[in-house]
Amino acid sequence: MASASAAVLKTEARLMTREPGVLFWIIAFPTLLMVILGLIPGFDDADPDLGGRRVIDLYVPVAALLAVIMAGLQAMPPILIGYRERGILRRMSTTPVRPATLLTSQIILLGGGAFASAALVIAVGRIAFGVELPGNVVGYLLALVLATAGALAMGGLVCAIAPTQRAGQAIGSALFFPSMFTAGVWLPVQTMPDLLRDIVGYSPMGASSEALDAAMRGGWPHWVDLAVMALWAALLTAGAARWFRWE
Amino acid sequence: MAIIEVRGLRKAYGGKPAVDGVDFSVEEGEIFGILGPNGAGKTTTVECVEGLRIPDAGTVRVAGLDPVGDHLEVTQLLGAQLQESELQAKLTVREALELYSAFYPKPVDWRPLAGRLGLEEKLSTRFAKLSGGQKQRLFIALSLIGGPRVVVLDELTTGLDPRARRDTWRLIEEIRDSGVTVLLVTHFMEEAQRLCDRIAVIDRGKVAALDTPSGLIARSTASTVISFTPSEPLGDEELAALPKAASVGTQGGRIVINGTDETVNAVITLLARHRVTAHQLRVTEATLDDAFLDLTENDIDTTATAGQPDEAAAQPEERV
Repeated sequence: MASASAAVLKTEARLMTREPGVLFWIIAFPTLLMVILGLIPGFDDADPDLGGRRVIDLYVPVAALLAVIMAGLQAMPPILIGYRERGILRRMSTTPVRPATLLTSQIILLGGGAFASAALVIAVGRIAFGVELPGNVVGYLLALVLATAGALAMGGLVCAIAPTQRAGQAIGSALFFPSMFTAGVWLPVQTMPDLLRDIVGYSPMGASSEALDAAMRGGWPHWVDLAVMALWAALLTAGAARWFRWE
Repeated sequence: MAIIEVRGLRKAYGGKPAVDGVDFSVEEGEIFGILGPNGAGKTTTVECVEGLRIPDAGTVRVAGLDPVGDHLEVTQLLGAQLQESELQAKLTVREALELYSAFYPKPVDWRPLAGRLGLEEKLSTRFAKLSGGQKQRLFIALSLIGGPRVVVLDELTTGLDPRARRDTWRLIEEIRDSGVTVLLVTHFMEEAQRLCDRIAVIDRGKVAALDTPSGLIARSTASTVISFTPSEPLGDEELAALPKAASVGTQGGRIVINGTDETVNAVITLLARHRVTAHQLRVTEATLDDAFLDLTENDIDTTATAGQPDEAAAQPEERV
């Protein structure tokens, strides 16, 4: 049923282009936020406390993570819970195509959207503010894949446990703000006090932030950070799969 | 051979039986109705036929296949329209038809199908912008797009205005005439009477009766309705003592008696004996509605929600 899956993916992609809100928050907003922060006086200056790096240098990975969080916690729950609530998944169960195809398509599209947004952030950061490209591209990609997996799995878990779209939005928001905080949106993780930084490092987005920062600077992400991310992604995925209801 | 066979079907939710031993079989080429009050187990029954639910006990076969075990094969020969299901709000009619065509190995050409269902003007309209009748026509199209041998239509006309409902009935007859078997779930008596070749009346999870619409009416204990306005009041006891009277009630001064031909004669005799004139005397054949109330034996509250409210309200208010 490869052609059927392709048809579902194509249709869902087309539908996503009709959701300017979703596209704005995932694709445009992270870059916009980074540009605004970059225009704040002083954020563009080398800071001896940051080892000679600028605040804007720290915000490029943060903005990339923001795209991942938007895709997983803001965009995914209303879409998938709506599909369940409105009987779209059930309707599909009566055809030869499994409704899981619809979920897979959304994961591919939202993950793809988050990656495109991260690429846009890096490109604009480079062009507008002269932020260095990731020093370790493979490490950066690996960290981004794990971060995306974690955020989408978290969104999947919200879809699984929220009975209604409204509840999904509430639970999603309750996770959205802590995720943004641990990703370093208010205060980059690398500038947090040591104790806070250690604690945040065990959250999915905190570990992602550390891993992306390490890869930005040209090194390999610390294996502990990668392990924390992988573990979170595995746990959240297992929970989402365990509790997801098709109707 | 029957295209759908249901034997001893049971399904409970949280220990409460929704379907409690249902048997019926649907012959190829007929419109088979499942009629019953809300919560009688109609939808659960057809969901087991569609393979959406796993029965607790009993067997379901669609063209000899198990809807759960052979789900993929069954989906290819059974098209379904579900109660209260929607499509993606911003999906257009054309996109929906194209998408669902891609799901089936041998889909029918969706263009003539859309034409037949009067959707060709609406191909670029998004699902959310369609009227109730248009949405239902689209769902009929989607249920037929895989070229099925059976379609299951669950509460298809609920929420439609009378014109759209009648248009939909014509479509269902056309589907049957094209050789597709129709399993129709409804709580509209008029719809069942007009469309169905045979009807299973389901009440409290069991088949209360299974017959043709006229057979159901004939077997009901109250196949004749007598109503009149007496010139003088008649004694309740004498009315209640009428032979074969299934129910006696009053409606705004009018006496309404459900019974048989024997009751009619007795009423005339009674009137003559008391020298009472019967104004606007009407003797009518009972409708499926009357037969249904007789078969399901629920109190008025339940039947009022089950049938068309105005028709249920037109029934005698007291049952003796």
